[in-house]
Parts: sequence; structure tokens; C-alpha cells
Amino acid sequence: MSAEKVISVKELTKRFGDFTAVDNITFDVKQGEIFGFLGANGAGKTTAMRMLCGLSFPTSGEASVAGFDLYKNADAIKRNIGYMSQKFSLYEDLTVRENIRFYGGIYGLTDREIKEKSDEMLTQLKLGEQVNSLVKSLPLGWRQKMSFSVAMLHSPKIVFLDEPTGGVDPITRREFWTLIYEAASRGTTVFVTTHYMDEAEYCDRVSIMVDGRVDALGSPTELKEQFSAKDMGGVFLQLARKATRSDG
Amino acid sequence: MNAVTAHKIRKTFPAKGKPTVALETISFEVGQGELFGIIGPDGAGKTTLFRILTTLMLADEGTASVDGLDVVKDFKEIRKRVGYMPGKFSLYPDLSVEENLRFFATLFSTSIEENYDLVKDIYVQIEKFKKRKAGALSGGMKQKLALSCALIHKPSVLFLDEPTTGVDAVSRKEFWELLRNLQGQGITIVVSTPYMDEASLCDRVALVQEGRIMDIDSPKGIVDKFGSTLWSVKADRMYELMKALREMEDVASCYPFGQEHHVVFKDETASPEKVKRSLMDQGFADFKFHPIEASIEDCFMKLMTSHNA
Repeated sequence: MSAEKVISVKELTKRFGDFTAVDNITFDVKQGEIFGFLGANGAGKTTAMRMLCGLSFPTSGEASVAGFDLYKNADAIKRNIGYMSQKFSLYEDLTVRENIRFYGGIYGLTDREIKEKSDEMLTQLKLGEQVNSLVKSLPLGWRQKMSFSVAMLHSPKIVFLDEPTGGVDPITRREFWTLIYEAASRGTTVFVTTHYMDEAEYCDRVSIMVDGRVDALGSPTELKEQFSAKDMGGVFLQLARKATRSDG
Repeated sequence: MNAVTAHKIRKTFPAKGKPTVALETISFEVGQGELFGIIGPDGAGKTTLFRILTTLMLADEGTASVDGLDVVKDFKEIRKRVGYMPGKFSLYPDLSVEENLRFFATLFSTSIEENYDLVKDIYVQIEKFKKRKAGALSGGMKQKLALSCALIHKPSVLFLDEPTTGVDAVSRKEFWELLRNLQGQGITIVVSTPYMDEASLCDRVALVQEGRIMDIDSPKGIVDKFGSTLWSVKADRMYELMKALREMEDVASCYPFGQEHHVVFKDETASPEKVKRSLMDQGFADFKFHPIEASIEDCFMKLMTSHNA
């Protein structure tokens, strides 16, 4: 099977007044790909990601996500993607089971599907014993892994991960990437942002945004060659230093 | 005299069932003029520790001092002498950049002009926005304003709680250069971070996890204690390679590290040749196998697993 494009972005632009947050970006993401979305603070990543998730309309350009048009079918996009951010994902005052039940309901799963998915997830994450514990009582690392699984409850085609490993301990950070690899090997497309440059190396392809534009796009190997850098940190430094639009 | 001392500090928070232990009994010292890093993930107890040392919270047990003053008895005096930048943005969003800075200077009976030299390097970067309300600044600019406000009364000890969290790799580098400059002006700096790579920029660090200090030393001292030969291993199909290595009997640990895997063998005499042969039999190719020096992150993980074991 030739890889299907699950995200297709063409000349996408978003302006706020006279400020161009996202400036004419074009790229595709294939099914099952781990796509790293990098950029300095203020480069326009969040704005671009909000558009791709159907949360904000572009000023101009075209994009389709999971087979749906950004302008016409934003609601269908929301049903077909998963989203997880470092800042918010689970309700801390609900138990593990209640969170799964809640998100299952939001994503429109049947009771039977919710039951099946919960069992599968609790086994995979070894959370069986904690099923009736409040989420806030779980160590952060477990919470992050659970957030990821919850974002995957409805078997979305694409999962958007916004700095999923920020503040996480180094072992859990690596376990988290194992979850990413497993999801990708099952055909889920993973769209991920990170400030950890070692994690950029784990992506199939990486894009780097500078001043609202996508200034680099390719596999880590290609980018390192193109910028004569020994690692992705080196590639990132070269590009981000060029930025004229500073976050401060 | 040490700039900071913590002696058997313990802190718990009430919770249903049994109380949550935020800080086990911890002790450490920070010398005058030192750049001291507290390195650990979220939930390690970093913020609790900062709040105790800046006199904003009382410990359950133990004693601590800052600039030779007791955190309980002399809290008023300590507050005049420390600068504290909390992890959460805590300036007045409805005041302008300049008003915020002036406000903090006035609180400490000084003026922007009097201590301008100290904040100059940082403040010039946001000065063009001085009429803008602080709430309308971008993340990076808020961080620089917060640092300026924490410095404007010329503190002897500066506490920075996760100043680089969520900040991109380039801006993080620049921020650490600022810290080095401040240290050069004689200020003691205690800084926390979840980024292991920043540990090497400190004079000494405490590695913290779940309320415990796992080790305190210079970055070099910590690395020297790693105690095993660490191998960098590369081949085609890195993810499969990791799984294969973890299955092998000779392998004690294998963690992905960017472009390579870091591997420790159970037995120091285990031969990488043998491992390589067995991997080749499994169809891996394009090997690169060589011993490397451990990083703080390697040490952190080793300390974590040896504690849990």
C-alpha cells in the first residue's frame, strides 16, 4: 500500500491584524509517520497546530486533515483526531476509570467499546490496581502515559501531541516514546512537538518553523546532511538563530 | 559562611489516606557565589523546597538558612535579601513592563536607576516594550521581565524555579549565558530545571526525584561516579535494535539517546564483539559500537533504577 496522505497543507496562512503568525506553509504527512513539528518559541507552531485540529480558521490557504477539509468539515476533523498537551489532558479529581469513561463518552464510543478499550489500556499501562484512584494521586509519568492512551481511545487516524514529555523524568520520557512508536507501527500518524532535541532524532521526518515559515523539512538524516550538523540540536540552532521575529 | 543551608528538611501535605511526602529528609549546602542546580522532573519537590527557602512555606521538620539567617526566625530579613522567580508568572499583568519593575524597586526602597547595571543586559531586550502591559507579553519576554524584577533590589541569593521550562533550545542557551554573567557579579544562584543537559552548566547540582536527593556533586563528580563502561551503539533500524538489545542476557540497560543507544553490560568483561555477532545474526547491519563518557542523564537514570530496585 502506498502511504496515504493524512495531513495535507498548502500555502496555509494565519494573520492576526498586521501580524502574520503562520506564513504560507506547505507540507504533507503520511499515514503512520512520526512527524516532529519543531520551532522556537513564537515561531507559529501553536497557531498552526490549532488550525490543523480544527480550532481556528486559516486566513488563506488549504488544508485537509484525516481526509476532511479544514474550512468545511472542522467538526469531522475533531472527531477523527486525538490531542494531548502537557498542560491539560485528564481531570485530576476524577478516578482513572472515570476519566476513561468520560473521554470515551465524549468521543462517542459505545459502552461496550469503552469497556474493551479500558481493559486493553489498563493492561498495557499496568494501571489495573489504580483504576479507582484519583488521577492526581498518580505519579506524573503515569499520568502522561495515560493521557496519551486516552487521546487514542477512539482509534483516531492522527494524534497531536503538544510537548508531551515536558517536565517528565528521563526514564518515563523514553517509555513515552515507546508508546509513540507502537502507535505509529499500528498505523496511527503521530504529530508531535518537543523542546528535547534528542527526541527530534526519533521522528521519521521533522519540520522546523522560523518566523511563521517552514524553513526546513526532511528526515533527521537529510537535515543533518543539508545543514552539515552533527545532530538535530545543531540543525535547530542554525535555523532558530536566523529568526528575526523574536519571542523576546 | 554558606549562602544556603538546608538541614534535614521534611515537608508533607495532607491528603486523604496517608499524607503526601513532598520532601523526604533532605540536607545540602550552597556556597557563596555558587551556581547551584536542582535537577529533577515535575513532582520531585523542587518548588516546595524553593518556597521553604524563600520563607513562603514552613517545613514540618528541619532547619534552613539563607545568607546566614534562619528561614523561620529571620524571615523578614531574608525576604529583603533574596530574589525569587517562581515557576508561574507572578507579576502584575495590568501594569506595564516599566511599572512592574519600578514597583518592585520601590518595594525594596531602591530605584531602577540605582541598580540598572545589574539588570541592564536583560532589560535592554525588553525595554522597547516598556509601555506594554505585562499580561500582553510573549512567554520569553515575561520571563526576562520576571528575572529583572527579581534582581532589581540587588539580592545576595537568587532563587529561580524552572526558568527554562517550555523554552526552546536556543533561548535556553541564551538564558544560561545571562545566569553566568550574574554569577560573575557575585550573586549566588539556586536554579531548578527538569532539563538534564542544563546540569553541566552549574558548579554543583543536586539530582532530585520524588522528594529525595539522589546525589549532590559537581557535574564532573557525578559523571565520574557512573561506575560502568557505557557503550554507544548504532545500527540500522534503531527501534528494533533497542528491543533486541533489551532482550539480550548480557545487557543490563539500554536507553535511546537521540541518534544512538546507550548500553551497559551486566558484566564488565562482556565483549561487545559477542553482542555484535549475535545482533548481526538477527540481521542488523551498519554497526557503530564505542565506549563513551556518561552524561548527567545517564547517571540520573542509573540512580533512579538503583533506588527502585
